[in-house]
Amino acid sequence: MSRLTIETPSYTEKTHARIAQHAAERLASIPPSQCPVDYTYSIARMFLADSCGKCTPCRAGLSACVEKLDAILAGNGTQADVEALRATARAMYAASDCAIGFTAGKVLLDAIEGFEEDLASHVESDRCSYRSSAVAPCMKECPAHVNVPAYLACIRAGRLDDALRVIRNDNPLPTVCGYVCEHPCEMVCRRSLQDAAVNICGLKRYAADNAAWSDAPEPLPSTGKKVTVVGGGPAGLSAAYYLRLMGHDVTIYDQREKLGGMARYGIPDYRLPQDKLDADIGFVLSTGIEVKANCAVGTDVDFDELVSGSDAVFVSIGAHDGKKLGCEGEDAEGVMSAVRFLRDVAEGAAPDLAGKRVCIVGGGNVAMDCTRTAKRLGAASVECVYRRRVADMTALPEEIDEAKAEGCQITQLEAPVAIKADAEGKVRALVTQPQIIGAIGRGGRPAPFDADVEQREIPCEVVIVAIGQAIDSGAFSKVVQTERGCIIAQEDGAIAEAPMPLFAGGDAVSGPATVIKAIAAGKVAAANIDNALGYTHDVHDYVDVPAARPAIGPHGRIDLKDVIFAEAAQTFEIAKLGMTAQEAAQESSRCLRCDHYGFGATCSQEVATW
Amino acid sequence: MVGNPAKVVIDGHAIETTDNATILEAARAAGIAIPTLCHFADLNDIGACRVCVVEVEGEDRLAASCNTCVQDGMVVRTDTDAVREARTVALQLLLSHHDLNCAYCKRNGTCRFQTLLLDAGLVEWDPTGTFMTEAPSAYPRHLEKGRRAAWPAQAIIQRDENRCVKCGRCIAACERLEDIGVWDFVGSGSRSTVGVRGATTAREAGCVACGQCITHCPTAALTERDDTQKLLDAIADPAKTTVVQIAPATRTSWGVGLGAEDGSLSVERMVAALKALGVDYVFDTCLAADLTIMEEGTELLSGLGSQAPDENGVTWPLFTSCCPAWVKHAKGAHHDVVEHLSTAKSPMMMFGAVAKTWFAENKGIAPADLFSVAIMPCTAKKHEIELPVNAHEDARDMDASLTTRELVRMIQASGIDVNALEDAPLDDPLGTFTGAGVIFGTTGGVMEAALRTAYYVATGELPPPDDFHFAVSPHGAWTEGSFDMKDSAVRCAVVHGLANAGALLDAIRAGVVEYDFVEVMACPSGCAGGGGQPIDGTDRELGLVRGQTLRAIDRDKMPIRYSHENPQIRMLYDEFFGKPCSELAHHLLHTVHMPDDAGAKAKGSR
Repeated sequence: MSRLTIETPSYTEKTHARIAQHAAERLASIPPSQCPVDYTYSIARMFLADSCGKCTPCRAGLSACVEKLDAILAGNGTQADVEALRATARAMYAASDCAIGFTAGKVLLDAIEGFEEDLASHVESDRCSYRSSAVAPCMKECPAHVNVPAYLACIRAGRLDDALRVIRNDNPLPTVCGYVCEHPCEMVCRRSLQDAAVNICGLKRYAADNAAWSDAPEPLPSTGKKVTVVGGGPAGLSAAYYLRLMGHDVTIYDQREKLGGMARYGIPDYRLPQDKLDADIGFVLSTGIEVKANCAVGTDVDFDELVSGSDAVFVSIGAHDGKKLGCEGEDAEGVMSAVRFLRDVAEGAAPDLAGKRVCIVGGGNVAMDCTRTAKRLGAASVECVYRRRVADMTALPEEIDEAKAEGCQITQLEAPVAIKADAEGKVRALVTQPQIIGAIGRGGRPAPFDADVEQREIPCEVVIVAIGQAIDSGAFSKVVQTERGCIIAQEDGAIAEAPMPLFAGGDAVSGPATVIKAIAAGKVAAANIDNALGYTHDVHDYVDVPAARPAIGPHGRIDLKDVIFAEAAQTFEIAKLGMTAQEAAQESSRCLRCDHYGFGATCSQEVATW
Repeated sequence: MVGNPAKVVIDGHAIETTDNATILEAARAAGIAIPTLCHFADLNDIGACRVCVVEVEGEDRLAASCNTCVQDGMVVRTDTDAVREARTVALQLLLSHHDLNCAYCKRNGTCRFQTLLLDAGLVEWDPTGTFMTEAPSAYPRHLEKGRRAAWPAQAIIQRDENRCVKCGRCIAACERLEDIGVWDFVGSGSRSTVGVRGATTAREAGCVACGQCITHCPTAALTERDDTQKLLDAIADPAKTTVVQIAPATRTSWGVGLGAEDGSLSVERMVAALKALGVDYVFDTCLAADLTIMEEGTELLSGLGSQAPDENGVTWPLFTSCCPAWVKHAKGAHHDVVEHLSTAKSPMMMFGAVAKTWFAENKGIAPADLFSVAIMPCTAKKHEIELPVNAHEDARDMDASLTTRELVRMIQASGIDVNALEDAPLDDPLGTFTGAGVIFGTTGGVMEAALRTAYYVATGELPPPDDFHFAVSPHGAWTEGSFDMKDSAVRCAVVHGLANAGALLDAIRAGVVEYDFVEVMACPSGCAGGGGQPIDGTDRELGLVRGQTLRAIDRDKMPIRYSHENPQIRMLYDEFFGKPCSELAHHLLHTVHMPDDAGAKAKGSR
């Protein structure tokens, strides 16, 4: 026997690791739609297998919890069982010898508290408030509830125009979303149980890029009702499109020269080319919508006038004001807000950054947009400064990676404290206080705090502040209330106690969010405005969806390829290459058709019109 | 969806089909049997049971043949080891949750699950045929006890958790045929089962007791409340005179389960069987159907041309009210319709009223001593007889309503060999009926019977009885026709299935269609496809064929085909009622419909 050996994992250990990885991915991708009590029971059972069995609370306590939960699930539980469960979990957290036991106790306590109503429902009436959803997870997770399996099936069948017709039933901006959607659908894609989520967003872009132009559906007969939409961004365009199809007369007012809102003035061209945006807008407007551009409500036209001349109004003014750092030197020449910066670039009035050193403050997607845009404008150096870690950034990981690949510096754990100007009042440096990542708070996010080291000065000529946006609702202040910089609207988009059907949605209500959320808000408003006007129009365009076929077996996910980074960073041309027909054919064949297989088959009538 | 031609090979047989056909449909059309359990043609293809799985060449996993469409060039095998193993495991797993008390079970012999188990050799009868023995299984029996297995004994629709195979057919039937949705999958994971949607009782969920969930159930998980003992007790009671009426649709299929084919046993044989059970008088509800036509037809003609739009601008037709499930549904879910329901009672209730008045008086029997029972293709009739509209304060018009299946079970339990019985005539008077009454048992029949008589009353001429042609409406799943009657045209529609009826009501409300007279039946194909009809264990609707049996009887066997020509109907009016819609007729033959808030709440909460 050797004194020491090089250890390699056994077959059993490798299998264990493989299954553990699968389980982790599975847990992450399954939407929270199972019975909360059954879920807790299953988690407790899994933890039980981890217990070494030495200390009492973990060994016997966990199994006691499993028994109690089992009895509750079998319909034999009592409130006393719930109390015993709680006391056991408390003792496990307080008295277990190691982390295996006390973390299990903590999770159980969290579950007992969070699932209190569900436990009570099981104990009192042997009923669970949860039921499996017949709606495919992607479709359910999509804020606009686009019928993803249907359009992927159309793409698989080579019917790209039908794919777009399916999408436009719930989202009139398929091209925009094909390019820039944050695709929450892919987070819950059931295909990730097998290998990886289907590249839904990439397939949508493929369909939008390659479908033949088709005419918009004919609007229903005119109702003679006038609806005014204030703000022609994704929310306003969506509301306008559906309201127009319902037969109402729709006019969009927008303070800028062109429609598109943040999709045009906030998203750089290398992510969403303006001609792609124009294609979607053209489709929407082809239904017969009137547009009043360069017309700011409150300045060029009075809001009261609009209200008196309309049967309903939808306010979707977005969030176009940049938030300020509130630090010394912020008014120096060379400091600008992210919103202003991106808008100027989009309007062809980009600041001259050639040879300059640029600092971007922030860690979200807008910060990344500014970082990569500054690089493209020829800045000598671009540094994105964030007070937390890169891991804590809210920007999409791929955006961060691509910014790095294009030669930008991402600096973590530096909190801006001041901006220094030279004698002429021009920015000279960004002063930061180095941070240490600290304790994890209730929200689950670790908080940074000042490190015991000296402040740093980052020499630069330009500082772009990308720490959030606010709305400018001054023109509407008589009728709308705001809270934390957002318009207060009800769940249905309506403004409470308004003197007429007045609705609001998009970033102006939610705060800065995603395009698809704005589209969903527009769709919700359209449906409810229609009702408020006394109608229940159905504008669903029926598409014959191809019959479900089994998906292809285990295959890698097809990701979009990048343009060579060094070249991409020189231009505003699109930085990602779309799928080829061959790639799209394979990728669309990976869709598991959860609308047909599994619980999706049970009640197809649930997937209905709205 | 129109399919493209597809050539496939199933078990070595080359088959030409289209790519919108499922593997199961293609196989069956070619005479290749694939066992199924949860599948029900055109209704349920959710692929839950996995009994119908097959091997598709090139696919790693098996496919459910019931919901996988063929593709051109597909090669399928239905008989491989992998298929057999998967099917056996599925059946044994289902069996491990099943109360295998077949000899005692109402569905013994018509149970789809039992057939599959026997065919697969997983169970067999003991030599005496009294109990099942089970092949060795890896899965121990797991039956629910306590509150999870409990069900209210008085409910018309009875459910046995331990016989449910979770196929979802009841859910689909209630949702798709009736648009009510009483049933749903409840619970999660391995505890998933079928229950009442939304944690309420079936009644609160809007159940109209149509019984379609029962006829679509492959096992005895769903059955009707057994009321046979009520009739047996009355027969045994010397103080009681028993009167039984036989509904039109029951004659189409009562031989199922008695060793006879659909439609092969006559009404006269049923009379003989009932007499053998000890029943005193047996009549045919068809006579009361003729009476309904006289009342409802008069109501129709008196209202024609005088309909005015309601406050919402909707011009409503007169709706038939023979179907108690439809009436209950209208009262619960369509309040605006209630005042437009015909006030004429259903034939069963009319017969009940006549039996406890005219007949009882004639025979010198006190109404309370006369026990009146109906044999119906219907479960909702059990609800209808409990409605508070009776001729006498101290006696109900009807004392019991049994389904065709309950009759069959009584005959079986009494050891009566119907094939050895001699036919026996209906009792008289009240034993004569017409073809118009017979077709009450199938969709469109009430309408047609009414038109035959209404035409005569309006024009003084007899119309050719088969000349009332209906065509599918361009606006939805119902048929319509317009018929000239001297001064005016009567615009009619016929609809079956409450889901279709709901669509028709929406079209009326929207002003898309306007009718004078609409017949509604809750069950597919009307009473012939009724929720109380015999079940043959297949996975297709039986109402259409059974309805055609009634049409054939009317066309080929009935000497009288107009209700008003029934001599005994004339006699009843001459001797008793005076004329249709007279004061006495109103008292005995009409009812009052009131909206029911409980059902509406349930519908709205969905």
